[in-house]
Amino acid sequence: MEAAVKPQRQMVRLRGRSYVAFVFTPTVPVQDWLHEIDATIARSPGFFAGRPVVIDLSSVDLSQSGIGHLLTSLQDRNIRVLGIEGVEEARLTAMMPPLLSGGRSCVVEPSAPKKAEAKAKPTSLLLENPVRSGQTVIFPEGDVTILGSVGSGAEVVAGGSIHVYGALRGRAMAGVNGHTSARIYCQKIEAELLAIDGFYQTADDIDAALRGKPAQAFLQGNTMRITALN
Amino acid sequence: MAKVLVVTSGKGGVGKTTTTAALGAALAQRGDKVVVVDFDVGLRNLDLVMGAERRVVFDLINVVQGVAKLPQALIKDKRLENLWLLPASQTRDKDALTEEGVGKVIDELRARFDWVICDSPAGIERGASMAMRFADEAVVVTNPEVSSVRDSDRIIGMLDSKTVRAEKGERVEKHILITRYDPSRAARGEMLTIEDILEILATPLLGIIPESQDVLRASNVGTPVTLSNADGAPARAYIDAARRLCGDTVPMQVPTERKGFMDRLLRRRAA
Repeated sequence: MEAAVKPQRQMVRLRGRSYVAFVFTPTVPVQDWLHEIDATIARSPGFFAGRPVVIDLSSVDLSQSGIGHLLTSLQDRNIRVLGIEGVEEARLTAMMPPLLSGGRSCVVEPSAPKKAEAKAKPTSLLLENPVRSGQTVIFPEGDVTILGSVGSGAEVVAGGSIHVYGALRGRAMAGVNGHTSARIYCQKIEAELLAIDGFYQTADDIDAALRGKPAQAFLQGNTMRITALN
Repeated sequence: MAKVLVVTSGKGGVGKTTTTAALGAALAQRGDKVVVVDFDVGLRNLDLVMGAERRVVFDLINVVQGVAKLPQALIKDKRLENLWLLPASQTRDKDALTEEGVGKVIDELRARFDWVICDSPAGIERGASMAMRFADEAVVVTNPEVSSVRDSDRIIGMLDSKTVRAEKGERVEKHILITRYDPSRAARGEMLTIEDILEILATPLLGIIPESQDVLRASNVGTPVTLSNADGAPARAYIDAARRLCGDTVPMQVPTERKGFMDRLLRRRAA
């Protein structure tokens, strides 16, 4: 409210900030160089999407119209030019991107920090509450441990093994990403369906003598084996 | 401090409406101010069980949509001083329930009553989710059979994820009420046992209501079973359940019909 009544003078603040940009260095003949760019785009469309570039003209000698022509050719390929370097300012018109100077080269490693993040991701999921009928737990990253029961009509999907410390009455699918050594363990087997890496058995296939007992399921070649625990 | 209690089950025909009326009446008899709210829009029944069907003028939907004020829609019970009914609309459907509107009505009811008991419709769709949305506590009505138990499990999952309390990271206190329990059939292994049900649902037990002719008789005359025959087995079980809801410790037992000598001698009429 107050601010609307009293207009305050805003101070103009200037801050410095540096960015990493790709630098293109066109070579003569420029036409061939453009074909090379086209080939890159054909191999991976979207390679330049959202990546403004700087053009270094130090290895070519282009006139003002030549520079203009190069800029429009790049624009046609959806490449946005944010600055030009390596040329006298006199050759640029006011409509062209500004002249840059003082650039330092650096190594661009865009994927390095992401890998570190992926390592920190947990590879197991712990659930302290029962999984109720109608609920689905999906964890492709690794193992799932459930301290309660898995209700009839509930579904647990894991990239690794599944451990149930209560009764398993619903469906359990382990090793969904092709992890054949994944297993399913439970304290009380009353499952509707068990699957490991796509091989499955329904309640009908499970040995009646095992029902209600602690059991594990694992793959032996292409067959699923369900055995009593201890 | 007002409590919003939802009576729900997932499955139909297990006794939600009977339970709402019976618990409402039992709590009102203890001296608490109680309102029972019918959320079964389009298929209302609570007004019949409460015996107020001929006094409905305005309903929940009218209040939700702002057509009527809350006091206009509340119907006072003729038998109990502090028992009220907020009926559902019979001519509309559940899409007429908006979250905002229901929230406002529940807030208003909280200010006026000690207990707001919401009678949920069957299913897991809009009607049921609106009935449980603002609940502090839940009574999950379950029959001793597998389909009912699995549906209750599903509803408990929804109570833990779809309610306002759950979304705030708080808990909705849940209770299991087993209805239509027949001790003799359970003994013969024709029904799930109490232990089986509680093991599957992993939720505390509020009470066990025996199967009885009293319940049907009470609905037919439009009286909550706790008022029609207060000495009957189901009425005593509901009164015990209401005491447990208030925090009393009452030993758990299955009340049985008191059978006379002649009843036992002449048990069944031969065909």
